[in-house]
Amino acid sequence: MGAKTLIIDGQTVSAENHVTILQAATDNGITIPTLCHLDGVYDVGACRLCLVEVKGSTKLFSACTTRVYEGMEVTTQSERLKKYRRMTIELLFAERNHVCAVCVANGHCELQALATSLGMDHVRYDYCFPKWGMDLTHPFLGMDDNRCILCTRCVRACWHIEGAGTKNVAGRGSKSHIISDLNEPWGDSETCTSCAKCLLSCPTGALFHKGDTVGESERDRSKLGYIVNAREKQQWIV
Amino acid sequence: MQLDDLQTIAEKHQASRKKFCLRTCMSAGCMSSQADVIKKNLESEVKTQGLEADVEVRRVGCMGFCGQGPLVGVDGHAQDGELFEHVKPEDAPAVVRSLTGGECALERGDPHHPFFAKQLRIVRANGGIIDPERIEDYIAAGGYVALHNALTELTPAQVIEQITRSGLRGRGGAGFPTGLKWSTVAKSPGAKKYIVCNGDEGDPGAFMDRSILESDPHLVLEGMAIAAHAVGADQGFLYVRAEYPLAISRLNLAIKQAKALGLLGGAIFESPFTFNIDIRIGAGAFVCGEETALMASVEGKRGTPRPRPPFPAESGLWGCPTLINNVETFANIAPILNRGADWYASLGTEKSKGTKVFALTGKIQNNGLIEVPMGIPLRQIVEEMGGGAPDGGSIKAVQTGGPSGGCIPAQHLDTPVDYESLVKLGSIMGSGGMVVMDDKTNMVEIAKFYMEFCMDESCGKCIPCRTGTVQMFRLLEKITARQATAADLAKLEELCDMVRATSLCGLGQTAPNPVLSTLRFFRHEYEELLQSDAHAAPPPATPA
Ligand SMILES: Cc1cc2nc3c(=O)[nH]c(=O)nc-3n(C[C@H](O)[C@H](O)[C@H](O)COP(=O)(O)O)c2cc1C
Ligand code: SF4
Ligand code: SF4
Ligand code: SF4
Ligand code: FES
Repeated sequence: MGAKTLIIDGQTVSAENHVTILQAATDNGITIPTLCHLDGVYDVGACRLCLVEVKGSTKLFSACTTRVYEGMEVTTQSERLKKYRRMTIELLFAERNHVCAVCVANGHCELQALATSLGMDHVRYDYCFPKWGMDLTHPFLGMDDNRCILCTRCVRACWHIEGAGTKNVAGRGSKSHIISDLNEPWGDSETCTSCAKCLLSCPTGALFHKGDTVGESERDRSKLGYIVNAREKQQWIV
Repeated sequence: MQLDDLQTIAEKHQASRKKFCLRTCMSAGCMSSQADVIKKNLESEVKTQGLEADVEVRRVGCMGFCGQGPLVGVDGHAQDGELFEHVKPEDAPAVVRSLTGGECALERGDPHHPFFAKQLRIVRANGGIIDPERIEDYIAAGGYVALHNALTELTPAQVIEQITRSGLRGRGGAGFPTGLKWSTVAKSPGAKKYIVCNGDEGDPGAFMDRSILESDPHLVLEGMAIAAHAVGADQGFLYVRAEYPLAISRLNLAIKQAKALGLLGGAIFESPFTFNIDIRIGAGAFVCGEETALMASVEGKRGTPRPRPPFPAESGLWGCPTLINNVETFANIAPILNRGADWYASLGTEKSKGTKVFALTGKIQNNGLIEVPMGIPLRQIVEEMGGGAPDGGSIKAVQTGGPSGGCIPAQHLDTPVDYESLVKLGSIMGSGGMVVMDDKTNMVEIAKFYMEFCMDESCGKCIPCRTGTVQMFRLLEKITARQATAADLAKLEELCDMVRATSLCGLGQTAPNPVLSTLRFFRHEYEELLQSDAHAAPPPATPA
């Protein structure tokens, strides 16, 4: 009952029972692009970058939320999937104001890295140029909605690793945005512990340390993993 | 409460019937045109004319001919079933006088008109007949007998077998076989299970479920209770959108009445079966009609969908197996048990059984609510029942399935209305919206309208739907503004394909449908709007 055998991109691999396709692929050295997935917090299947084909179904499945089964045949890199992924990144760049050259995360940004690795060299859609602001009320952390891709990694880290429940999503559709508490200035939040785990989890330059300048926002995401590991598996790293 | 008691209530109620009954529609539609004042005036007029012993003025639910409202129906008259249309409060004296032979110049509906004659009323059988605020009325019409029989004569497996054999499919849009869903929930392991009734009804222009809830609330409660017995649940939630205050207040009343009579709550029909129903009110998001978003909302969370599997039948509310069905689906349950699965299976087509309620609107003479047997040709609905386009116009297309559906062009009007035929034409049955379009309608504008709706209602969780609908809407705007080229049209088609294939939930997956279906049948209307130099370019390649 313990393990399952499945085929990913033609390669026969074994996976632990109940793991997701993403975990099985990662464990076997196969890379699937992701954006909303973050080790240590639960998955929501929101960004749709990790979509894969599963033999026997015409539908696409998000690898981060779909569990493996015996004999499953998964394709992670068809032409169709690559095209959809490129389009997804294009849509994100058109949605808000991503000016990499002046961004704190330049060079350390998952969105930017994906654009490069997926071969998205230009955006064919109209830029929306929305007028989003910044929240600079916190003593040493800042939030720039213009860079946010609404992956909700910060929200999940804040609720499920820190347990503070400060970060939330408000609004719907293209008006969705990340708020602190019930849409109060971050600096006024009585729940925020200033732990900066939201910042550690953010894939883009939306959350940053005040004072960081262009390209300085480098984040060690494994810190989050250590905490979760310690808590769930009682393994402490010296 | 036992079967005898039900019968006693029914008989007592029959005995109290008077010679005449003035049925006054008190549904949201007619209420908005002072139906409450009309009823009050009728009552005082009956007193004035000294007819209290002979005339009952009854509050009833929707009669369906909403375009002609406010409506007052007359029973016990020489012309039984007479229907006064466009009644105003000051018409009360004339209406009451007509019972004793007086003149009444009010417009009258023709009960033999195809609009009524072609209907087959199962879930709407009591609509416009009984008083939705009196449980005795429902019981007198045979209510709660099906629940009694299910509890005392049928095992849960036998109930599910009946529903499966009836061929009933979900009326919430996708047409999933109801019996199969019930048996999955019944078989899912778990001590705690839930029943959810989806009354979110968010499609623009749709009011089928509202009318059922307002006109016959006990029918839905009874269906839910039978389902609870069948799958082993003891708690139900009825999710109704906040825009339906009348439905909510009638449901609250109905639940209270049913509890008082021992038909809900503990020891139902003096059996060990316990079932409670609580109402949950939706806050006006279309996406909360999607089952996983609805359940998140019931749990008190932000109403956004989550990936399936796991399906609610396996892991729904608070991780427990949950049966979720639409209002109209539940409304079919008691009639099926009362009249038998074979009777139900004999109605409709091979794969689509029973009836479907539609809200017929748009460029059509007679609009309102109709319940028709599955398989009826679309032409009969729009031309005979609906009377065709007004002002001598001709019908160009019929939109079904709302923002998830498509347009069926006039040349396909002979299509039978069933799940598979509509899908074959690129549309869907949907929850029952049916909008008729005449020759003056621009189909690109229609596609744009629905895209704007989806864009505004996208929950924003997943990228393809949140941003893809924005870009598709912009491209459609560009096309209608005559600023687009063939390349833009190709971009639109590519996005349609991508958003459909990659979105997380049904909202995004079906958002491109109105565009795809109008492109399929009215592509020239798009091309005519393209910039002239670009128009000469070769047609865009269809996306992979
Ligand atoms: C965006 C979206 C909106 C929906 N809205 C409704 C609705 O208002 N009412 C409804 O019954 N089902 C709605 N559904 C379908 C439900 O998810 C679900 O399939 C249905 O309630 C199941 O009931 P049924 O099997 O009786 O049809 C919607 C689905 C989607 C994707
Ligand atoms: S600093 Fe910590 S507590 Fe404050 S919002 Fe970020 S994650 Fe939440
Ligand atoms: S602030 Fe960062 S982590 Fe939070 S939703 Fe936006 S992009 Fe994701
Ligand atoms: S498809 Fe649209 S409505 Fe559904 S989860 Fe994605 S953003 Fe939300
Ligand atoms: S990583 Fe799987 S959907 Fe985002």
